[in-house]
Amino acid sequence: MSLPALLDIVLVVALVLLGLSALLVVVRLLRGPSGLDRLIALDVLVAEFLCGIVVYAALTGDSSLVPVVVAISLVGFLGSTTVARFVRRGTGR
Amino acid sequence: MSIGTAVTVAQPPPDPDGTLGVVLDAVGTVSIVLGVVLTLVASVGLLSLPDVLSRMHAATKPQVVGLLLVVLGGALHLRTSVDVWMLVLVGAFQLITAPVTAHVVGRLAHRGEGVRGDLLHVDELVDSPDEADPGPDDAETDGD
Repeated sequence: MSLPALLDIVLVVALVLLGLSALLVVVRLLRGPSGLDRLIALDVLVAEFLCGIVVYAALTGDSSLVPVVVAISLVGFLGSTTVARFVRRGTGR
Repeated sequence: MSIGTAVTVAQPPPDPDGTLGVVLDAVGTVSIVLGVVLTLVASVGLLSLPDVLSRMHAATKPQVVGLLLVVLGGALHLRTSVDVWMLVLVGAFQLITAPVTAHVVGRLAHRGEGVRGDLLHVDELVDSPDEADPGPDDAETDGD
């Protein structure tokens, strides 16, 4: 087997591993127990989505999704800090 | 960036997928695999650690380094100057924004019930109650 084909297979395996870890994060997201746990889990889920897009781009050589990665990394940050402001009201203080 | 210049210097026009390209692909793949493994570690930690603070520890440190490694690997694969710079931007954003989110979440966790006091050796905020330092969103700006 040639080296580039092997590298492609390794990248596919990496995508599968990313999916597995996203599954673990979703379990934490559904379980909670507090809003902050869910917030952290969502943050990690967004980052894993970014990783998935980058690995896909590396696998196919198609760079048209790279601007999407930039946009999501910024929007994800805004989302999680904004949600953190509102989580405080639910913590009983 | 040095990657881009190295490629433009070492890649003559009729050699789009030469030895250097394969080597860069291989290094990029190794980097991506390391990053994905770190991401997996972060997910396992997020699922198994006991309280919000330790989960946040798993969600910030391995997660950010994992994303940086994956982005580095993607840049080594794509090797176009626009893509490399955009991925550098992604890494920089991640490095800038992850501490901010972690700070906000950690402060809120300390106010709420996100910290298990029996697991802490030192709680440096215990001597200054949170009421004395309401933080950026106090009652005046918060409205409640």
